[in-house]
Amino acid sequence: MPHSVSPGSRSPPTTTEETMADVAVPTGDSQATDVTMAEAPNGNGDENKDVKLEDLFDDDDSDDEFSNTKRAQNKASSPAAAPTSPIDVETDFKASDPEIMRMFYQRLFPWRYLFQWLNHSPTPTNDFSHREFALTLPGDIYSRYNSYASADLLRKDILLKMPSRFEIGPVYTTNPRDRKTMRNQSAFKPLSKELCFDIDLTDYDDIRTCCDKANICGRCWQFMTMAIKVVDAALREDFGFKHIMWVYSGRRGAHAWVCDKKARSMDDQKRRAIAGYLEVIRGGAQSGKKVNIKRPLHPHLSRSLELLAPHFQGDVLESQDPWSTPERAEHLLSLLPDRSLNDSLRRKWDSAPGRASAAKWADIDALAKSGASRNLDSRALLEAKQDVVLEYTYPRLDIEVSKKLNHLLKSPFVVHPGTGRVCVPIDVSSPQKIEAFDPLAVPTVQGLLAEIDAWDGGHVKKEEGEGSAGKSLQDWEKTSLRPYIEFFRGFVLALMKDERVPKVKREREEGGMEF
Amino acid sequence: MLRQDFSRGDPKRRNIDYRKTQFAEPTFKEIEYPHRLNLYELPPTADITLEQFEQWAIDRLRILAELEACSFRNKSLPETAEHMKPLLEKYLPLDTNTSNSTKLAAERQKDHYSHFILRLAFSSTEDLRRRFSRVETTLFRLRMSEESMRERNAFVQTLNLDCELVSDEERTKYKDELAAISGAKKATEEEIWYKVEWDRVPELVEGRRVFLKAGKAYVPSKEQASMVVAEFTKRLDRSLEMTARALPRLDEDDRLSPILDHLSKNFITPDVSYGSGTSSVPGADISARNIDALSSQFPLCMQHLHRSLRRDGHLKHYGRLQYTLFLKGMGLNLEECLVFWRSSFHKFTDDTFNKEYRYNIRHAYGDVGGDSNRRGGGYGPFSCQKILTEHPPGPGDSHGCPYRHFNLENLTALLQSTGITDRSVLQGVKEDKESQKFHMACNRVFEYVHKNEIKRAKDEGVMTSAQLETIVHPNEYFKRSYLLKNLGKVNSEDVKMEG
Repeated sequence: MPHSVSPGSRSPPTTTEETMADVAVPTGDSQATDVTMAEAPNGNGDENKDVKLEDLFDDDDSDDEFSNTKRAQNKASSPAAAPTSPIDVETDFKASDPEIMRMFYQRLFPWRYLFQWLNHSPTPTNDFSHREFALTLPGDIYSRYNSYASADLLRKDILLKMPSRFEIGPVYTTNPRDRKTMRNQSAFKPLSKELCFDIDLTDYDDIRTCCDKANICGRCWQFMTMAIKVVDAALREDFGFKHIMWVYSGRRGAHAWVCDKKARSMDDQKRRAIAGYLEVIRGGAQSGKKVNIKRPLHPHLSRSLELLAPHFQGDVLESQDPWSTPERAEHLLSLLPDRSLNDSLRRKWDSAPGRASAAKWADIDALAKSGASRNLDSRALLEAKQDVVLEYTYPRLDIEVSKKLNHLLKSPFVVHPGTGRVCVPIDVSSPQKIEAFDPLAVPTVQGLLAEIDAWDGGHVKKEEGEGSAGKSLQDWEKTSLRPYIEFFRGFVLALMKDERVPKVKREREEGGMEF
Repeated sequence: MLRQDFSRGDPKRRNIDYRKTQFAEPTFKEIEYPHRLNLYELPPTADITLEQFEQWAIDRLRILAELEACSFRNKSLPETAEHMKPLLEKYLPLDTNTSNSTKLAAERQKDHYSHFILRLAFSSTEDLRRRFSRVETTLFRLRMSEESMRERNAFVQTLNLDCELVSDEERTKYKDELAAISGAKKATEEEIWYKVEWDRVPELVEGRRVFLKAGKAYVPSKEQASMVVAEFTKRLDRSLEMTARALPRLDEDDRLSPILDHLSKNFITPDVSYGSGTSSVPGADISARNIDALSSQFPLCMQHLHRSLRRDGHLKHYGRLQYTLFLKGMGLNLEECLVFWRSSFHKFTDDTFNKEYRYNIRHAYGDVGGDSNRRGGGYGPFSCQKILTEHPPGPGDSHGCPYRHFNLENLTALLQSTGITDRSVLQGVKEDKESQKFHMACNRVFEYVHKNEIKRAKDEGVMTSAQLETIVHPNEYFKRSYLLKNLGKVNSEDVKMEG
């Protein structure tokens, strides 16, 4: 990795200056600083001396990608450290506050791994330098076709322009910045991009009862858990993709990035084919039955049903209670095939208002068995019930994102400006891990900055006692972002390993043979 | 004719410049046509007259234009086949090997040559290439479906489609999955399955008509046709690109260029020709505050969008796009359109509106965006074809064609709420929907709503029958509806003007 700024030359004078400035802050005084002083484990004048010391040690660490100095510590503390719970933080300080964002990009964002992820190799290639980045700048300016030769230049530009978020587009035939200078404009074409999926809980509004619009809770996140399981299984087992990363989108959804080489180079037609293969819920608000699939069930659908059936009982029937009101129950009836069975169900439910959905679901079979309808087609009923299960559990994909090669998607690890949550990867290596993911517990940018301060504070004390400097840690390693970045690193390393061409080795072997 | 595949020749003599060999005596003077189907790999080399050149091309063009019209009318493959049968016999007959026809060779030669002539004519632009490839593929598919099993297999064998046969072992391993694909339990025992990379058969994957395992698609033999068709399209697209690159060298030829030019101009789409100019309605007050009043004249799809918009104060992306472009096609200018959307999205703050929606509307009008978008004046209004086939609505969407994308109950309810309660009309719509003739349903409703005016217009001869043919564009629906409604008024104004 190139280092554009040499750490040694820059830091010592800067640190001194800033520490001096920091000392001045408490005397100048603001309320927030007072709070910090109270909250910090040993917040007093002594600390400042240590700060200076630690800074010097930190700068010996040659990696300046994650600066872990405490240069701006007091500045950071004032907004972030005050309340401990992240939710409270949101009400006090907006995540889009430029100062907070600067801290985040400077100290926490995993630039190196992002670079390696997109570059597929440790040394810069066209995969990275011809890649489009679209920045959302303050004042809602959307700047497209940015590209960078290296991770450092990307980092620098982001720190300069301070976008509230940025998105990743495709790799183009030439550098996107040069697209206007080309003689033949039509030769500027997207070449490759990860295959992406976007699932958004707003698309579940007609079946979820707990929340709507942009709100989510643990109960409706279960829909996302189901969606991830189904789509992930299909991509891995059916299409044979290996490098699939799921990322929490920061508020109410999740993105999947399929990074296999084969997936990246697919044209639009192939992307459309996969999208169509996975899409089951079709039709708008007025189209009635949304699941229309042919029998016998395609292996993908029977597997999906197997995955979804256990969720349907617990997470849908019991937790969501989707047919509690008569109107919603009427929708269920409209999906069932037998008219006289429906009539007797309706009578039964009308006489017992407030009957739970699980009981209603059981009623269908109970009444069918008791012979409520003389010429009942039990096969049709079973199929209709399968369709109902699918309609209430099967993933609802925002399919346009997947169909187009040149669609942009928000980068992992950026901060959602509304919630302050970091778009962290979701570990999907086992069903338990998918279920364990809690979107509401995802670290927020304010919380993370507070964690650094808390850690530094605690650590300083210990160091004092032991008298050793210890090995210096990067800032993200001091926070709850650590497991996510480590996960990302593992993912990227596995990807790079697969991409590596075993060319060098072979050449050497051949050379050995000849002489 | 133009040669496209410059063979590299013997690798040991690579230093010979291929340009020096391209005018060498062709090794194949006469091409034999053992099969009825042709992947058009080799270009023709024999001489034909200029008259034949033009005549053959025109004949094939007639067929292709008709095929495209069929796809616009949303006809299924069997319907298209039936429609095309007499035309194909007249213009481009192609008999089977078993027919003992004496003209077999001549027919196949004509098919071969005319294909290559049109390739020259339609390779110049991206749009023409795409359309040409689409209709040629339809034609190929049509012919393939008529082919007898034996001839088809003989043809397929010559193609060298490299696909692996699924072993017995695997067949028993995935017995259940394969049975689910083929739909019948017994047949799988005998059926032949091929195993290919999944991306060779994207169409089959999209329709979930193959079994997938670890990136391999297991294709039943009955779906082999679609593999061949995919191969046909792939090769055709590739050679069209090649032709396009070689085309400039034809400029010097003053015999062929005018003919080719003329041919490609005759292949215009009804779709593209519908600009905003032709659809605007003279004399109508098209402004933001008048939309409510005018909306009763809209086709059902747009009425539904308008109602959803009024009910929710919001439309999702494709709904906005479809409706904006319709309004644009009506002649609503950008300022009025922005006023209209702003007032319709009354639940949103100015800030949100400006941030989230304003740009899209301006983009649709070509006010912002890339160079080509601005120069082209944004997008054209969606035709029925586009609404019917592209971007089917998902959950929460209200765009699309109600006749196609609604279920029957909701469609009937919508029609009734717009005042159509006549039982025979509703019954007719139901039948049209069942037979997938969505245009017919829409036109049926149009004729019912305007039955008095149409009668009057015909009686008075105000509108010619050409002006009353089937509607295939929402803006045409509105325009005609408006003209008919104001039949008297417009006329009387005209009279006044004259007087």
